[in-house]
Amino acid sequence: MADVNRGNRPLSPFMLGKYYRFQLNSVTSILTRITGVALLLGALLVVWWLLAAASGPEYFATVDWIVTSFIGDLIMLGSAWALWYHLLAGLRHLVWDQAKMLDMETADKLSWGVIGGSVVLTLITIIAV
Amino acid sequence: MAFLTDRKRAVGMGSAKSGTEHAWMMKVSSIALLILIPLFIFNFGATLGGSYEEVVAHYSRPYPAILTALTLAVGFMHFKNGVQITIEDYVGGLNRKLLIIAMICLSYAAAATGIFAIARLAL
Repeated sequence: MADVNRGNRPLSPFMLGKYYRFQLNSVTSILTRITGVALLLGALLVVWWLLAAASGPEYFATVDWIVTSFIGDLIMLGSAWALWYHLLAGLRHLVWDQAKMLDMETADKLSWGVIGGSVVLTLITIIAV
Repeated sequence: MAFLTDRKRAVGMGSAKSGTEHAWMMKVSSIALLILIPLFIFNFGATLGGSYEEVVAHYSRPYPAILTALTLAVGFMHFKNGVQITIEDYVGGLNRKLLIIAMICLSYAAAATGIFAIARLAL
């Protein structure tokens, strides 16, 4: 077989920073993954909170205190932004998958749209709830 | 060997061997979540911070119960598939397999726990 270098290849993201300059598109793209993985924390917290509500008033009081504490609020606020960011950035990837809006100028505009849109939607969420 | 085309030599050599199905499931779940997540954020946000009685009453209604159960089910399956690609990209060897198995188990466990809680609250 032509593949002689089996199992000894460099692992991503070895290109980042050293060989490949950080740029708007790559940073907003990697943030999609980071927010996606980070959302696990908020999601597990929501599941725990729901389980506590289903278990009874005493257990709910304990978990609700944690979820609505300062740290809990911070995680929920961060998760709200991460959800909006991941949603908008994911939408951008769905558009890109159709081989549309891939030119640099439009891609950069979409990047700023994702960043700005996620902040605006997070502010709307804070005001609305 | 010389009679094999380049394509024939490449088919089936991918790491997962089921990439098309995986990519399609990511697409389906992501489009479902485009609708579910905005609805969930405002629905959940409205009840977070409420008293125990308010929270129980909220999830006793069909719309919040169905919306939340659906969001958790689709969301955790989306996470399971998404985090698998991420692990495959950044982790190698045995740790890759162990992490993927752990994340698949965690995703199913969290989704099941959440749906059980909703069912108990709603019924």
